[in-house]
Amino acid sequence: MSDESFEPKIVAFLCNWCTYTGADLAGTSRIQYPPNVRIIRLMCSGSVDPTYVLKALLDGADGVLIGGCHPGDCHYQSGNYKARRRIIALKEIVKQAGLDEERVWLRWVSASEGQRFADVVTQMVGALKEKGPNPLRQEWAV
Amino acid sequence: MMRTVIPVENNDVLGAARGFLKQLLEKEIVEAVLAPMETPSGSVTPALVADPALLDAANPFAPVMGLNAARVVGPVSAREPRGRIAAVLRPCEMRALVELVKLQQAALEDLVTIVVDCPGTYRVTDYDAMRANGGVNQDDLLAAMQSGEAAPREGYVFRDGCQMCEKPHAEGADITFELFGANLSAGIPLSLPDELAEKLGLAPADGPGGRAEVVEKVAAARRQARDTRFSEIRQRLANEGIAGVFASCIRCHNCMTTCPICYCKTCLFKSPIFDHDPAQYLNWAQRKGAYRLPADTTIFHLTRLNHMVLSCIGCGVCSDACPADLPVARVFRAVGQDLQALFEYEPGRSVDDPLPLITFREDEWTGVGEER
Ligand code: SF4
Ligand code: SF4
Ligand code: FES
Repeated sequence: MSDESFEPKIVAFLCNWCTYTGADLAGTSRIQYPPNVRIIRLMCSGSVDPTYVLKALLDGADGVLIGGCHPGDCHYQSGNYKARRRIIALKEIVKQAGLDEERVWLRWVSASEGQRFADVVTQMVGALKEKGPNPLRQEWAV
Repeated sequence: MMRTVIPVENNDVLGAARGFLKQLLEKEIVEAVLAPMETPSGSVTPALVADPALLDAANPFAPVMGLNAARVVGPVSAREPRGRIAAVLRPCEMRALVELVKLQQAALEDLVTIVVDCPGTYRVTDYDAMRANGGVNQDDLLAAMQSGEAAPREGYVFRDGCQMCEKPHAEGADITFELFGANLSAGIPLSLPDELAEKLGLAPADGPGGRAEVVEKVAAARRQARDTRFSEIRQRLANEGIAGVFASCIRCHNCMTTCPICYCKTCLFKSPIFDHDPAQYLNWAQRKGAYRLPADTTIFHLTRLNHMVLSCIGCGVCSDACPADLPVARVFRAVGQDLQALFEYEPGRSVDDPLPLITFREDEWTGVGEER
């Protein structure tokens, strides 16, 4: 279902040190990317509580992006390695629960990868447009 | 470990087991025994017993399970100062205890774990109904341990958790009562550490043999019952989604309260995090057209899965506690099977296996997050 006028809403949980700075760089470098992301800045991908990812998804966000430093680069040593396991577990649970795990993306984007941040958002918007709106957006009984 | 057999006289298997527990106190191996006890009114509840005479009311074979006793091992073991205690547990209670130790909610120091092979258990309501009406078939269940063909009393069923329990045999404990395959009127086979056997004056003796075969026979039947339930619940989750499966949840939180592994003193869902502003509810109602209340019910269940499912040891007490008769345990066990396989984790197996979500390896899932 592809609706031309549909503009997906993405909630993005970004780590302060890498992906948020990468997003900032994309902005200051005037790299164009779609305006569909609502960014929430956290200190580390390891501090993303999966419950908030679920909250965003169940209340109708079309996609949730979790962004952190590349493995080996986490400012708190291992936050992103733990986040990787947590998000893998979360996505499996979301899938088993009959929801769409493909709406949850985990991506490593460094502070210098402004272009990669723009590419990730562009890809995600494209993929979500293909999927159409999150059906849970209209679902009151959740 | 030494294998031995406790003598049983006049077919009094329960009396022999009580005698063994009393010895633990009388020989001062422990200062108290945590065991299922028959109350004066005939119900069964765990109690910490310091007076050996009171162990005449202990019943390690009572086929009833309301709470998972691992829950009550924590409070008597977690911190020092503590006493030396022996805890009589079912296999699923031992598995829960292993998880609680890893979650730092219980400790194995100064604790002697005694685990008893388990034919299956009834819900508290069924057990009480049987007591009021003809009696519980405990002796039949014990006699049937030899063949592994223990059947519930006619007109009753074992708990749903037990019907799909593929690990009903004692393992991983200090002392194991190895009832499967045994003719119990001839004696109760058990394994225990050599030094304990010595203190108790027990000599090595070979049990009847054949336990492994009987355990496998029981486990195979349970796996079949389990797999039928799993495919049914997976189908429902795929068709109705988790919100559909839990549509009649009244948010009593009983499933969480009875879960032996769920231990937070203040659950996230009773914390101010989920106290939204009145205007926020209106906003959601206007956006979605309506908004289910209490709010966040699906997130409650998804978050519990997220917190607990890797450690779900399959005792099934959550389902028994649910007033809406929701298949909580089936959901947790089915989802748990996949998650546990994904992380190659077997909850309850060993305190040495790290909890999957607090550990990691640098060289795993290296492609995840790097997609271009
Ligand atoms: S779940 Fe298994 S070990 Fe626990 S009471 Fe039932 S049969 Fe026994
Ligand atoms: S016990 Fe049943 S009704 Fe109560 S919160 Fe759990 S699933 Fe809902
Ligand atoms: S600081 Fe960026 S992932 Fe930990």
